[in-house]
Amino acid sequence: MNETITDIISLINQIDDGSKIAIFKDCSVPMSLGRGLIKRQARNLHLVTVPTGSFLPDMLIGAGCVSTIETAGVSLGEFGLANRFGSAIKEGSVTVLDATCPAIYAGLQASEKGIPFIPLRGLIGSDVLANREDFQIIDNPFEKDDPIAVLPAIQPDFTVFHAPMADQAGNVYLGRQAELKIMAHASKKTFVTVEKIVDFNIMDHEELGSASLSHLYVDGIAVASNGCWPLNLPGHYDYDRKTIQSYAHAAKNQETFNSWIDIHLGKELNETG
Amino acid sequence: MTYATEELLISTIAHLLDGLKHIAVGVLSPIPGSAALLAASRSATIKKVSIIGSMKEPYRLDGAVDLFDCAAQGRIDAFFLSGGQIDGQANVNLTGIGQYPNQDTRWSGAFGSAYLYFLVSKVILFREEHTRRVFVPKVDFISAPGTSAPNVYRPGGPYALVTPLCLFSFNRTKECFRLESIHPGHTLEEVRDNTGFEFDLPASVPETAIPDSQTLQLIRNKVAPIIADPYPDFARKIWGV
Repeated sequence: MNETITDIISLINQIDDGSKIAIFKDCSVPMSLGRGLIKRQARNLHLVTVPTGSFLPDMLIGAGCVSTIETAGVSLGEFGLANRFGSAIKEGSVTVLDATCPAIYAGLQASEKGIPFIPLRGLIGSDVLANREDFQIIDNPFEKDDPIAVLPAIQPDFTVFHAPMADQAGNVYLGRQAELKIMAHASKKTFVTVEKIVDFNIMDHEELGSASLSHLYVDGIAVASNGCWPLNLPGHYDYDRKTIQSYAHAAKNQETFNSWIDIHLGKELNETG
Repeated sequence: MTYATEELLISTIAHLLDGLKHIAVGVLSPIPGSAALLAASRSATIKKVSIIGSMKEPYRLDGAVDLFDCAAQGRIDAFFLSGGQIDGQANVNLTGIGQYPNQDTRWSGAFGSAYLYFLVSKVILFREEHTRRVFVPKVDFISAPGTSAPNVYRPGGPYALVTPLCLFSFNRTKECFRLESIHPGHTLEEVRDNTGFEFDLPASVPETAIPDSQTLQLIRNKVAPIIADPYPDFARKIWGV
């Protein structure tokens, strides 16, 4: 048995307080693992939303797990504003590093390539750039009078996501979510929860292999069935709209958020031991 | 034929998209999405409508990185942005109100605006609320600037602003909106009363063309079933599909 295959509690316990963690936007979100972080009372996490965030960042912030969030935006989409995020920013309990979507991807791609920074068009004249001390404007060295923004590489300590399946060798099938590869390549470690572990080698299959992440980049795998619940896993299960709606309503203030979390972490306790 | 306000807005936006090749539609944009689909249903030039959030071919995207790379190569001709605040220089605020960073009201954040606003040739601003709290003299936070210094690489930018009251165009040289038409049932006074910035206007402001029966049939028969995939609640509310 491959030693990267373990259980979810072991993955959660390896994510130290203060870690920089990359989370994908609105699918493949490892909700079971996220609830585990809340349960273990993780603190001072630096979240990198790739490139935006929804329920998980809002929940982690509401539960006091986060000190910094680097994001192009946090929103519950059609369910409204991310209120725990908004109120933490107003209070100043969480530091926000505002970015724009392609800036997050570009920063990760720089890390993937092992280069210290990367140029990106746009941004100049925005208050997004003006408020990021780590974003700069340089002159294009190849053209006259062409200012361009440069951004530092983003190297998360961990990328965490949920996927349909992994194999015994540690290869992970992603499906269409190719951005997850960029995240894994850019991060020091990648932890994946999966619906199931299959007994064939995913990379031996032409169609699956091209949509998969090599075990080289995978440091921990655990089975978590319905691991995206109440969010969706494309091609497998849809949103649980009722639960999401109840969250969006409860998260409007801290007290009702706390009781919502108490109820829903209780469920998780029984599921994951 | 009677029409819903949403159908007038869809028809108005669709006219702005004639002759383009690739139109991309971002999150929370059922009306712009419907307009792009309407334009595509009657135009030979429109090769692709990409709708973020659609899981169906041919509207789904090949990933978000592809969307941004596509824009940088000039392969997206039109995109839509909204804003919690929009000012007379077409600066867009998606970030929040009050002193940054600990703003009194925090919205989502800039999303792709600080990039796409520079690179997509025709960015159409759309907002379903036309009030002075939205259309302000100066935004509290520039998530994406409407205009740039001449030496900044910017093939794209604001093209028009569509609201429930009227249609504005944007003059990038003058850095100013111009009132192009007022929707039926509304007046210039109403537009002025509810707009917090100055704008140009012609000597006589025309009325926005209403959707004809052929347009309404296209919207209801062709557009509605497609937009119902990414926006089921919207399609149910407007067309009962």
